[in-house]
Amino acid sequence: MELGFIIGSIFVMLGLGAIFGAGLAVASAKLKVDRDPRIDELMDLLPGVNCGACGLSGCEAMAKALLAGNAEPSECALIPPDVAERVAEVAGTDVGQRQKRVAVVLCRAKDVGRRHDYSGLSDCSAAALLQGGPTDCVYACIGLGTCADVCPFEAITMGEDELPRVDPEKCVACGKCVQVCPRNIISLLSVEKYVHVLCSSHDKGGQVRKLCEAGCIACKLCEKACEFDAIKVEDCIAKIDYEKCTLCGKCVEACPRGIIRDIRIDQHWPKATDEVTAAEVKSGE
Amino acid sequence: MNISGYAAIIFGSIFVNNFLLARFLGLCPFIGVSKRTDEAVGMGMAVTFVMTLASAVTWLLYNYLLLPGAETGHNIMSFIMGNEVNLVPILKNVSYILVIAALVQLVEITMRKISPALYRALGIYLPLITTNCAVMGVALLNTTDAPRRFSFVEATLQGFAAGIGFMMAMLLMSAIRERLALADVPRSMKGVPVAFICTALIALSFLGFAGILGAG
Repeated sequence: MELGFIIGSIFVMLGLGAIFGAGLAVASAKLKVDRDPRIDELMDLLPGVNCGACGLSGCEAMAKALLAGNAEPSECALIPPDVAERVAEVAGTDVGQRQKRVAVVLCRAKDVGRRHDYSGLSDCSAAALLQGGPTDCVYACIGLGTCADVCPFEAITMGEDELPRVDPEKCVACGKCVQVCPRNIISLLSVEKYVHVLCSSHDKGGQVRKLCEAGCIACKLCEKACEFDAIKVEDCIAKIDYEKCTLCGKCVEACPRGIIRDIRIDQHWPKATDEVTAAEVKSGE
Repeated sequence: MNISGYAAIIFGSIFVNNFLLARFLGLCPFIGVSKRTDEAVGMGMAVTFVMTLASAVTWLLYNYLLLPGAETGHNIMSFIMGNEVNLVPILKNVSYILVIAALVQLVEITMRKISPALYRALGIYLPLITTNCAVMGVALLNTTDAPRRFSFVEATLQGFAAGIGFMMAMLLMSAIRERLALADVPRSMKGVPVAFICTALIALSFLGFAGILGAG
């Protein structure tokens, strides 16, 4: 009886193991997925966070696009240049040119009236659904920080004034905040051109004056100040033509509302410390 | 077995003895993959598939290999060995794990071929079905002799219904958690803690089914 147990157990387990092993071997041979080994190699090099900044659905999609020649390594905002070169080597493509972009919040809402006290979910999209949002200005930042919540890189923090601050060092321009903002006031703009019109209101000048201390009133002083024809007031808001802008700063001085700004001051860009003095930061406020 | 008996097995496994909400088996994938509805459905389908197959295979294993021939009359082992050997107490758990592990491997290979997106979405939880105690639980419950021995069809049906019950609980939970993601939850309760509290509340409401099938 004792021997029967041992022999029986061994027999059953060995038999089962052999049957299942053979079955799995057949299945893996029949259902084999042909996979380019270079995909895995590229996946190791790419960041693997699936941020979508390249415009594809994730890092694996990027790896496939690279191998198919539909993408360039530089389109990935996260990999440093030396890694991009190695990616290009593996994929057999050129590195390509990329301009670093960052998210810029085009609103500096100041003393904007509230049409109601919102006490629902702490989420801008939810707040915007209720009666068109809690702010009097329908172009203003709601300030509940949904952009900060959604940022996978913790590049956005909410300031004391309830406006988002973007850390350009951390921002990779993945565009998640741009998509999620119900007011559409976040844009991905080139780092090189750091002077922006920080207002998104298309309301008429008089109306803006009533609603916000820091709104574009379409006075056209910036248009007159610009020597390069780079700034135009269209649809009640100043627009900068970044191709023509030379960053001379005339419009910044001319703007009576203080909304055309060198954003390096607001966002404490590391580069700005030696160029922008404390006095200038103060006068900018 | 009449139709109402099958209906009782289906209703009992899905609602009265729901594996997640009444027996609390398989909570790991329940908490892990219930953040999004599409992933929850995928996981539920994978578990249903494995549960059904595992129920069928382990029933055959139990009745034709492990049990002594005297009771069932057609034991392969006693036919080969020539004497009565009851392997149930020593081999039941071990051989079931072997069966489930092999089935999960098969599901994994098949899924990688048929649906790579679902395969990636399930990630680590797919191989984890191997150690999902709900699958093991349904296999063990199918092959006990008390209160009575199940037939092959009953056992397979119970496995399938248990899988459907699992998927239903996952769906309920994922719907709740998609809303919880927006809710203002105290920081210390965010994520898994509040998910467990919600699980407990759903489980409480499922207690209401307990009286439907007589003694349950």
